[in-house]
Amino acid sequence: MLSAASNCIELMPQARFEMNQRRAQSNAAHLWDLLDAVTDPEIPVMSIWELGVLQDVCITHNQGSQAVTVVITPTYSGCPALSVMSQDIISALAKAGYENVCVEIRLAPAWTTDWLSGATKNKLRNYGIAPPDSTTCPQCGSECTKLISEFASTACKSLYRCLACQEPFDHFKSI
Amino acid sequence: MGDEKLNNQIAEYALRLGDDALVFGQRLCEWCADAPTLEEDIAISNVGLDYLGRARMALQYAGKTLGRTEDELAFLRDSGEFRNLLLVELPRGDFAFSMVRQYLLDEFELLFFAQLCKSKDDTLGAIAAKTVKEVRYHQRRSANWMQRLGLGTQESQARTQAAIDQLWGYMPELFEMDELEASLLQAGIAVDRVELHSKWLDIVSAQFASANLQVPESDWQVVGGRKGVHTEHLGHMLGEMQFLQRAYPGLEW
Repeated sequence: MLSAASNCIELMPQARFEMNQRRAQSNAAHLWDLLDAVTDPEIPVMSIWELGVLQDVCITHNQGSQAVTVVITPTYSGCPALSVMSQDIISALAKAGYENVCVEIRLAPAWTTDWLSGATKNKLRNYGIAPPDSTTCPQCGSECTKLISEFASTACKSLYRCLACQEPFDHFKSI
Repeated sequence: MGDEKLNNQIAEYALRLGDDALVFGQRLCEWCADAPTLEEDIAISNVGLDYLGRARMALQYAGKTLGRTEDELAFLRDSGEFRNLLLVELPRGDFAFSMVRQYLLDEFELLFFAQLCKSKDDTLGAIAAKTVKEVRYHQRRSANWMQRLGLGTQESQARTQAAIDQLWGYMPELFEMDELEASLLQAGIAVDRVELHSKWLDIVSAQFASANLQVPESDWQVVGGRKGVHTEHLGHMLGEMQFLQRAYPGLEW
C-alpha cells in the first residue's frame, strides 16, 4: 500500500500546471533560475515563483539588442509588496547584465493560494506561518487554536492564537 | 455601436467603480491609529488597502481610454467630476456607523462582483475576479460585527440601529441603473443592479433579525453621485486627500 507522502502525486490546479509548463518550455530557462533568488519581501523564505506571482519570462531579440519581459500577477489587489517585487526583479536581472527589462502586470487568472505547492507550504510552516489549508499551530503542532483577527501583519494573513502553547501565530489566508 | 463609443462607456463604468473604491478606501484609512483596538485598527487599514488596490486597477483601466493617469484621476479632479456613490463619501461616524456601512456594502459587493466576473469585458472581469475573493473575507468580518454589536450592550445595539436608520436612504443608489449602465448591460458588460436588490434585502434582513436589529421602514432616499452631485462631505475629504498634489503639483514620493 502506498501511504508515504513521497509516493503520492500531488494534484495541482490547471493554472499552476500551465505556469510550470511555461517555465519548462521557456527559451529563457536561465532567467527563470535567476529570478528564483527574488523572494516575497515580507516572507523571505518563499520565492516569487513558489508564491505564484511570477507568471512568465521571455526574451525577444530585435536588431541585435535583446529585451526581457517578465509577467507577474498581484496576490492581493492592494499588496504593497508588488512594487518591491518589480524592483527586485529589475535589479536581479540588471546584476546579471540584462538592462532592458520590462515588468508587466497581468490580472487574470486571479491569484489563488491553491498555487502554493506542498513543499512551499512546508517552508511557510517551518518559518512560523500556518499555511492556507491548516490552522495547526506552527510552533507546537497543536490543533487547538483560535482566530483572533481576520487580519494580521499583512493583508494576506490572519492572526491566530494557540490554546496549547499560548503563542500567537500568523495564518496565510486561503483565497 | 461604434467601438469608440463603447470604449468610452466602459471607461466611464470603470471610473464609477474606481471612484467608489478610492473614496471608500480613503474613508477607511481615516481610522488608522484611531480604531477601538489594535486588531481592528489593522483590519480596517487592511480592508482600506484592498479598496485602494481595486481603485488603482479600475482607474488605470479607465485612464487608458480617458488619456489620464490613475494619479491624475485621483488627485486632480474636483468633487463634481467624481462618480462615486454617496454612501461611500459620508464621514466615518462612530465605529458602529462604519461597520454598518461596511456590512451593507459587503453584502452588495458579493452579489455585484460575482456577476461582474461574467462580464464580456476581460479587464472588468479580471478585476471582479480578484475583488470577489477579497470581499468574502471583508463580509465575514463585518457580518460578525453585526452580531457582536447588535447582541452586545444596550449602547452598542442602539448605536448600530441608529447607524442603520441613518444609512438606509443611501442604499437605493446602489441598485439604480441609468442609460449608460443599461446600455452596457445590453452589451453583456455591466451588471444588472436592479436584479440584485431582492436577494440583497433578504440576506441583510436575515442577518439583522438574528442580531436584534431592525430593517427601517422609512422610504426616503438620496441619489446623485453618478452624476457628480455629491454631499458637502466629499469636497472636505478631497481637500485632505488631494492636498499634497494641489500644493506641490507633480510631487513624487
